[in-house]
Amino acid sequence: MPEIDTSTSLTPLHPAIESYIPLGRSGLLPALHAAQKVYGWLSEEVAAEIARTFHVPLADVHGVIEFYSLFYNEPIGKRIIRVCTDPACALKDADGLLNHFCSHHGLEPGQTTRDRTLTIEASPCLGLCELAPAALVNDEAETNINLQTDSYDLGRPPSMVYGPIRLLTFNCGDGTTSLAKYGEYAALQKARGMKREDVINEIKASGLVGRGGAAFPTGVKWEGAFKAEGNPKYVVCNADESEPGTFKDRILLLDDPHRTIEGMCIAAYAIGANKGYIYLRGEYPYILPVLENALREARGAGYLNEDFDIEIRLGAGAYICGEETALFESIEGKRGFPRVKPPFPTTHGLFGKPTVINNVETLCNVPLIVSKGAAEYRKIGTEKSPGPKLFCVSGDVAKPGLYEIPFGVTLRELLDMAGGVANKRKLQAVLFGGAAGAFATLDHLDVKMTFEDLRAAGLPLGSGVVMVFDETRDMRDVLKRLGHFFAHESCGKCYPCQMGTQRQKEILDRIAAGKMLEGDLERLQDVGWTMTDASLCGLGQTAASAVLSAIKLWPELFKEEGGRVKDEERGEKKEVRGKKIVAKAKAVKAKVKTQNAKKRTTKTVKSKTPSKKTKSDKSKPGSKKKTARKPAKKR
Amino acid sequence: MAENITLTIDGKQVSVEAGTTLLKAAEQIGVEIPTICFHEATTANALCRICVVEVEGQRLLQPACILKAGADMKVRTRSEKVVRARRTILEMLASTMDLSDAPEILTMMDEYGANADRFPQAERRESEVKDDNPMYIRDYSKCLLCWRCVQVCAEDAQYTYAINFEGRGYETQIGTFFDRPIPETTCVLCGQCVGVCPTGALKPKREYLLEQGVSPAEISVMNTGRKRRAADKRG
Repeated sequence: MPEIDTSTSLTPLHPAIESYIPLGRSGLLPALHAAQKVYGWLSEEVAAEIARTFHVPLADVHGVIEFYSLFYNEPIGKRIIRVCTDPACALKDADGLLNHFCSHHGLEPGQTTRDRTLTIEASPCLGLCELAPAALVNDEAETNINLQTDSYDLGRPPSMVYGPIRLLTFNCGDGTTSLAKYGEYAALQKARGMKREDVINEIKASGLVGRGGAAFPTGVKWEGAFKAEGNPKYVVCNADESEPGTFKDRILLLDDPHRTIEGMCIAAYAIGANKGYIYLRGEYPYILPVLENALREARGAGYLNEDFDIEIRLGAGAYICGEETALFESIEGKRGFPRVKPPFPTTHGLFGKPTVINNVETLCNVPLIVSKGAAEYRKIGTEKSPGPKLFCVSGDVAKPGLYEIPFGVTLRELLDMAGGVANKRKLQAVLFGGAAGAFATLDHLDVKMTFEDLRAAGLPLGSGVVMVFDETRDMRDVLKRLGHFFAHESCGKCYPCQMGTQRQKEILDRIAAGKMLEGDLERLQDVGWTMTDASLCGLGQTAASAVLSAIKLWPELFKEEGGRVKDEERGEKKEVRGKKIVAKAKAVKAKVKTQNAKKRTTKTVKSKTPSKKTKSDKSKPGSKKKTARKPAKKR
Repeated sequence: MAENITLTIDGKQVSVEAGTTLLKAAEQIGVEIPTICFHEATTANALCRICVVEVEGQRLLQPACILKAGADMKVRTRSEKVVRARRTILEMLASTMDLSDAPEILTMMDEYGANADRFPQAERRESEVKDDNPMYIRDYSKCLLCWRCVQVCAEDAQYTYAINFEGRGYETQIGTFFDRPIPETTCVLCGQCVGVCPTGALKPKREYLLEQGVSPAEISVMNTGRKRRAADKRG
């Protein structure tokens, strides 16, 4: 293929973005995606042309490109490999995998080969945790990568679905369920035969609460939007699943898209909406054709029509867009900054109109409730936590996968279902609820997994993450990765989170490296509590949650390495140890010297991509990635 | 007819018109709540969070600049939680940016016992001074991202849209389209952004030159502004 010279040829741009022009500013993200598909990246000329076409200020377009990790304003490779380095993948040596890929091609993470055939990046969680280690290769998932046997799966990620009940996952585990197999939207037809208020009351009576992490009563949300003044009204499906360790929505959408669509149709009928959006995370590009096809099928069958139709919006790499108001901003073609609440989405949501926004799993419960009736539905689970629940089990377990269980099963029972800790090792910890969650230990094994029991135990259910760490794992490394995740994903709006996630990352880096400074524990706690208490949105409010829980559980992890306390206890050993450290340091120094010498010789070859941003030039893969993300500071 | 609302702030009762923010309600009884990003002329975004207060019954601290007073609300403006948050935010600011031109924030730091060196080995936001137009300089090492410049450049005043954001999170910076120099943007040199900048990140060019030790006499004969551009055009 000949290289397209973007400085002269804007001809292929217009046919690619034409269909989005009527959307106005809201068409900006789709247009940027389309343009990037054509050119591989977004040059100044292309961005300017898009700005003119959509009547969006130039600086705004640039601001949007800069916000999203998956938009590039510098040329990248035709093939781009994004290797997940977040905790679940890290347990399966994601770092080794990334290094392997990089050294094989003579690249550093974030760099592109000179012939622009390949870019390799470290990536935040890709939602492929049960198939770790994993990568995203252009639009395909590369999973179960094994360097020893040189084996991997490429393409649509396999779905590993288990559990004693299969209500939400009835159609999951065996490829995409077509409309013919899913059957008619019986629950929707039943709902349409009911009064809108009665549908809402049924959802309220079912006790369904949001499954995305915030656990807000779904029926109350619907009622709010139903009663709200304003037209039009919207139903939005939050499929921006990006909580590290979470992959349930990926499986639900890939294997059974009609369940979500039917749930949205019922919600639309109940509140009187005539437009719906599915906001799909950018790291799930392989779900896009599946969803598009399902929407076509639903239109063909008349379930979607001029009274209610659904549009898909693809995110572009921003965890914050899972926050409902940031998601609205993103659909509206802006940077994904969360809004101040109140007002709430039910009255001032998408485009400032009354909106119901529900998570994929929440919507999948809706047809079930409507067809069974709330009373029957409540027989599943416990009285205060009715219904089925999906758990995303990953990490050091024998059988990682998606588990559907009724609320009330204990953590021990769930782990037993998953075959227990892998390699006959002992359990050290479970990260519960995701990066924004908290750690559980052996003491929590018999806690029943319900909202009420977990709350009492100080554990958040979050998005249903159960990430298992065996006794050999270095929890400091896990914390470090969580720190990097939040620093990378903070939107930068409010001060506590914008600076707090950075300071937290720096301290956790020191702790992981055994270079803790005096007072770091207090700093970590002050930063953590400030983020928790004072941040503007849920991201900042939970960015220290896992760290603070670790401080409580394992205070010994946060003692200065070889610090005064330990050395005094050790007494004589101190000197011996000291000598060893000195010897080790000398050896390391010598090694670094030879490495540096080697680097110098290769530098001339590699330095084609000048690293402009001095800030990012500080070696950590995380920050390197950022260099790649925002190369625009060139000129 | 606006109804009146009675609430308690730091133990003192105050009666305000419905719709009044906690910040204004506190002002009425002489209780001072610190602010950074808040400005009378711009839309309040509640992003600096320095004005947070504790409202009884609320798990999270609430921004006083936008939260409306509610009947019988019990507000504490200096609780332990509030002070910890304010002090830590100030300490983080000091470890992030150059506050030398922000006397109000330095005063705040004194008041809250904030230690400017609390975070050793912290990566600072540093950036070279952008001196690309005859009217003002941009020194983003001093920028604390209050957003006011972006707001007055857009819907809050000028509708010029010359500036927006670059990057994300800690690496956010105010910038132009692909970092173009100001004269190549839609900027009309109205100066409103300079007017609302609280930290000297945006500064009149002449003030900057004086600080650099350039004498008024030298400045007056300097080839800046229109003359300079005309000269450039001629080659």
